[in-house]
Amino acid sequence: MTTAATEPLVDVRADFPILGRELEGRRLVYLDSAATSQKPEQVIQAIDSHYRRTNANVHRGVYALAREATELFEGARERIARFVGDSYETTIFTKNATEAINLVAYSWGRGNVGAGDEVLITQMEHHSNIVPWQLLCEQTGATLRYLSVSETGELSLDELDAVLGEGRVKLVGVAHVSNVLGTINPVAEIAARARAVGALTLVDGSQAVPQMPVDLSELGADFYAWTGHKALGPTGVGVLHARRELLEEMPPFLGGGDMISSVSFEGSSWNELPFKFEAGTSPVAEGIGLGAAIDYLDAIGMERIRAHERDVTAYALERVAEVEGLRAFGPPDPERRGGVVSFAIDGIHPHDLAELCDRQAVCIRAGHHCAQPLMRRMDVPATARASFHVYNAREDVDRLVDALRGAREVFAL
Amino acid sequence: MDALYRDYILDHYKNPRNFGTLEPHDLDWHDHNPLCGDELGVHVHVEDGRVADLRFHGQGCAISQAAASIVSEELIGKRVDELPELSADWLIDLLGIDISPTRRKCALLSLKVMRGASTGDASWPE
Repeated sequence: MTTAATEPLVDVRADFPILGRELEGRRLVYLDSAATSQKPEQVIQAIDSHYRRTNANVHRGVYALAREATELFEGARERIARFVGDSYETTIFTKNATEAINLVAYSWGRGNVGAGDEVLITQMEHHSNIVPWQLLCEQTGATLRYLSVSETGELSLDELDAVLGEGRVKLVGVAHVSNVLGTINPVAEIAARARAVGALTLVDGSQAVPQMPVDLSELGADFYAWTGHKALGPTGVGVLHARRELLEEMPPFLGGGDMISSVSFEGSSWNELPFKFEAGTSPVAEGIGLGAAIDYLDAIGMERIRAHERDVTAYALERVAEVEGLRAFGPPDPERRGGVVSFAIDGIHPHDLAELCDRQAVCIRAGHHCAQPLMRRMDVPATARASFHVYNAREDVDRLVDALRGAREVFAL
Repeated sequence: MDALYRDYILDHYKNPRNFGTLEPHDLDWHDHNPLCGDELGVHVHVEDGRVADLRFHGQGCAISQAAASIVSEELIGKRVDELPELSADWLIDLLGIDISPTRRKCALLSLKVMRGASTGDASWPE
């Protein structure tokens, strides 16, 4: 059954200057938002305006310009916190999600995980939620374990219970939404089960915050990390949300200016939250830009964006299945997945697919998507991946399908 | 016809020459392209200082696998001590297609693996 073609649920393409580009006479079709999203005019203007009108270093300047910059930057933090249902003091700016996860692995992990303990992650994690735990476990003598991924790309809560029941897990790390499979994981349920045995939960929300409503006050995760550039914001700014008690007990991650309350030759004392974890000059323009991105998403409404993603993804799953020899990965039910479709075509390597799609001005990603363990689990060397955001419409999927059929012709399949 | 995926490139990709394993072998090496995950290994049989026979094995894109197939036919009979001198340009000329910078390492992987097998040097050919 083919879902009825509808008007785009959200039509905001005109807000994204880059989508006006043509490559050799073809309208650019950008299907790589899981890697990084495009930026609306509103975000570009917020950053431009900051540098043109309000640029100064934040926090301690007494002149008007520094006050304005501080208000813009901290105002962005306030709105970002509210956007995901968290508090201002527990919303920490980092460089990206990777740094946010490393912050937890170093500042919390080194003091709380030791020999005989276990860190439990899943086979579908991005390298950013694998490697920091490998380093932690190597250095502390703890063991890193992986929850398995089913044929349809899902986790098993029974397996989670079984591992937690052995009583050695100190932390569960899990992606909210898989960047390869699109799977929306039951993170609230996972956090509740971890809490019941005294383990903490870290959720990598990099693929979730950009495309679905996230309310951390209901989620119950101890740590929640995400990145700005996948959420229509600029590169160079990510966010860590964490329970206040944990942040108060954790030592600082990086040392330097802004994170101290006083420094003497003998030692230092730490600034209050969130600044304790923000050493050095902050990503001021980036934070302001991310604030504008959040405002933009909020104005459309995350429920509407989620409905739009679901519609485009469901349509994509239907349409790519028409391509002969194509195998799509992840949950078949669009209700249970975000806006990403990974696939392979018999007889054409994903890189060749991406190259041939590029000739049609269709941008898709090919490779291991920073998830090499998952590739081995799925028994493929690499996949091709199309991912969607608010500016994609069904006709973009049509362009993809045409390009994939063209690739089969080039390969004489 | 496509400028990159020419008929002979696709022919070598679909029907690779000298592919498989060689037992016993005198030299072997295995490597990958971290950017895209293309994998390639080689087994080499040496007689009197020359490549008497070889087999590539691995998986990857059409460019990496076709390049290995095409280069394999050139390498048999060459002296092992001249393998490290084979340059990236030599290989690109041999392929006869325009390789964009993003696909260059795909093409060079076969040469890198041969260099590794002959000298243990894991650097990319220049």
